[in-house]
Amino acid sequence: MTTLRSASRQTRRTRTARTATLATTFATVLSALALTSPALAETKLRIGLQQEPTVLDPTSDATASIDSMLTHNVFESLTTVDESGAVLPNLASDWTISEDGLTYTFTLVEGATFHDGTAFDAEDVKFTFERAMAEGSTNPSKSIFEPIESVTVIDPKTIEFKLNRKDAFFLFNVAQGDASIIAPESVEANATKPVGTGPFMFDSWTRGDRLTLAKYADYRDAADVKIDKVEFRFISDPAAATAALMSEELDAFPGFPAPELMTQFEADPRFKTVVGSTNGEVILALNNSKPPFNDLKARQALSHAIDRAEIIDGAMYGMAVPIGSFYPPHAPDYIDLTGLYPHDSAKAKQMFEEAGVTEELTLRVPPFPYATRSGEIVQAELAKAGIKVKLENVEWGFWIDEVYKKKNYDMTIIAHTAPNDLSNFARGPKYFYGYQSDDFDALWNKIKTESDTAARAELTKQAQTYLAENAVHGFLFQLPQLSVYRNGVDGFWAASPVLFQPLAGVTIQ
Amino acid sequence: MQVILLRRTMGFVLTLIAVSVIVFAVMNVLPGDPAITILGIDSTEDARAALRAELGLDRPVWLRYLDWVWHAAQGDFGTSYFFRVPVTELITERLPLTLSLALAGMTVTVVVGITLGMIAAARHGTFGDWAIMLFSQMGIAVPAFWLSILLVLLFAVGLRWLPPGGFPGWDEPLLAARSLILPTTALALVQSAVLARVTRSSALEVMRLDFVRTARATGLSRWRVLRRHILPNALVPIVTIVGMQVAAVVTGTIVIENVFYLPGLGRLIFQSIANRDLFTVQALVVLFAAIVVTANFLVDIAYVLIDPRLKGRMT
Repeated sequence: MTTLRSASRQTRRTRTARTATLATTFATVLSALALTSPALAETKLRIGLQQEPTVLDPTSDATASIDSMLTHNVFESLTTVDESGAVLPNLASDWTISEDGLTYTFTLVEGATFHDGTAFDAEDVKFTFERAMAEGSTNPSKSIFEPIESVTVIDPKTIEFKLNRKDAFFLFNVAQGDASIIAPESVEANATKPVGTGPFMFDSWTRGDRLTLAKYADYRDAADVKIDKVEFRFISDPAAATAALMSEELDAFPGFPAPELMTQFEADPRFKTVVGSTNGEVILALNNSKPPFNDLKARQALSHAIDRAEIIDGAMYGMAVPIGSFYPPHAPDYIDLTGLYPHDSAKAKQMFEEAGVTEELTLRVPPFPYATRSGEIVQAELAKAGIKVKLENVEWGFWIDEVYKKKNYDMTIIAHTAPNDLSNFARGPKYFYGYQSDDFDALWNKIKTESDTAARAELTKQAQTYLAENAVHGFLFQLPQLSVYRNGVDGFWAASPVLFQPLAGVTIQ
Repeated sequence: MQVILLRRTMGFVLTLIAVSVIVFAVMNVLPGDPAITILGIDSTEDARAALRAELGLDRPVWLRYLDWVWHAAQGDFGTSYFFRVPVTELITERLPLTLSLALAGMTVTVVVGITLGMIAAARHGTFGDWAIMLFSQMGIAVPAFWLSILLVLLFAVGLRWLPPGGFPGWDEPLLAARSLILPTTALALVQSAVLARVTRSSALEVMRLDFVRTARATGLSRWRVLRRHILPNALVPIVTIVGMQVAAVVTGTIVIENVFYLPGLGRLIFQSIANRDLFTVQALVVLFAAIVVTANFLVDIAYVLIDPRLKGRMT
């Protein structure tokens, strides 16, 4: 404000006569600003996020927003993935896999450095993986490191991994934030001051408000990075998020929290909206360990009772893709099984009667909008099939304790967002599904060790069919990724095959 | 007076100890598990066990409580399970914002509430009185979060005069003050509506008394009588309400900070309770309790200042 005012005062003073109209003064100021702005301009991208993490280290905390801000922006991994989920080189420029599929040899890129100036080499990779594999490791995805037997430094630019069993997902898994390459020099401070090798450096974090990143000038491909500054603003309330976008305080809101407010942005020419897919399968999870849902007939009856179209319309305003099994529809090996148990309340009622289900059932839903809204519709649909449902909206801490740890529930609604999570059904009866099947365990063992793509695709389809036929859960829909962007912002992924979102390719006008 | 102070201080300390025991017990009884919240539902059991050991969650509750008291007595309120930094650091970086918001909210409440109440009393039965009471009735009926959204729609989205939320930091005092205008308004409007009603009825009560008529008869102007004779005599119920409103405004910041996404203590306590971040919740609740107890104490002192007759009854 002050600069604008003094500029206009100066303009006025330089004129000999005071006949200048307000309009010309204004135009002069505007053109002066327009001339100077390109030189001063710093491209800054302002992104809204609903969830704020409490620490910034993706190798010690599973909060999704750590990955969406920092993974493959501040931190990098050996590999990365593209929007379709295909594996690409990253800190490893190349790799070879031995005949038996148990030895991976990675060649590391030249010219990569950590943001604190220390060099990146094979010792950092060894440190990263051995830390995650260690006895007392608190890595949130420790299971992805279990197949690793040893990590050996061949030379500063070559590293060798020996596995104890074949792992079809190894190259995909090492791309994730849990396997971010970190340096022993900076590991301790990563929780509050993350140091990686990525295109952006951590700049500042005002807890409760915003986090900023700045372009890393010494990045090996710095010329490809189009943005100088990224600012993440943490806004949890959907109405506040809408107001911030509408008053142009934000350029992008990937993962916009309220489907009911999307139409408002669709109608506004200043914005574009994108409805993409995520890895989150939303399921009406059934407790398979006790009556009534330890009985296949009762589970099948439930599958007939639910009407996915009605749930998607009511809970997600039509913005979601229905699923018939536990696999994302955007993935290449997906098969559509939504027609297996068509919606039929009368048939469901008859089957529930045959299975002897007469008692009231509890549906405990966690505090996520997709879950609470779907819960009410499921309750109404089951009432049509003659089943009385007690709907309980519970807090997240309660859900973790009572539903997840103690299996104290009949039904719940939850999205599983991890990639390749068919493995959930092979976690044994202790897992909150209470599900155990030797056939499925055998199938999953084959999937995770099969290195031939075509054969693995075939097995993955078999697994989807198996889960659908056994009606292990009520499979509802794939959680959509709703995004709102200001016009002129390009390069964001529409779909989210992983939790991270690389920003190096994003452009802004 | 010294006896009163000593008794008050002891009551203060006992209250805080009781609050800390209750918070510790409740946080441990509440269902929830910080290790699963941090590592996610797809984490392995041995990683969770390692994290519980790292955070000290594998030790018995009573031992953890004594440990906390021992350290708290030395000024160390523990390290947050979730943020991994000392709780005092979390609080000191956010306290200025919440205090500014609460102070601004209280100032506006008192100035607007008492002024409107006195005007309504002075203009009893006129259109002005009716308009102020209508405002007051609406203020009491409207929830603060809804009012916040309306204010944002009008002043930020529609007119673009003020930011819709967020806080630029204290480095830029003017922008910082600007970003607190809407939150302060939302916070103070409801409370000033309540205060206006109480002030009006209390003042009307006093107005009926004989000494008011006498004062007027001596030739004093209406405003002078209102200010010098009616207001001081009407203050006791007003101060009582103001004392209660301190608590309402401090806790009201929780809602306001969430709607305006301000980085203050209200948002921190909201997030920490959901996460079961024991030490952070513990320190914050003790702090909030201390503010409320202090406010009550100040109200008691204010009674004596307003009405010397109460001095004898305080011991």
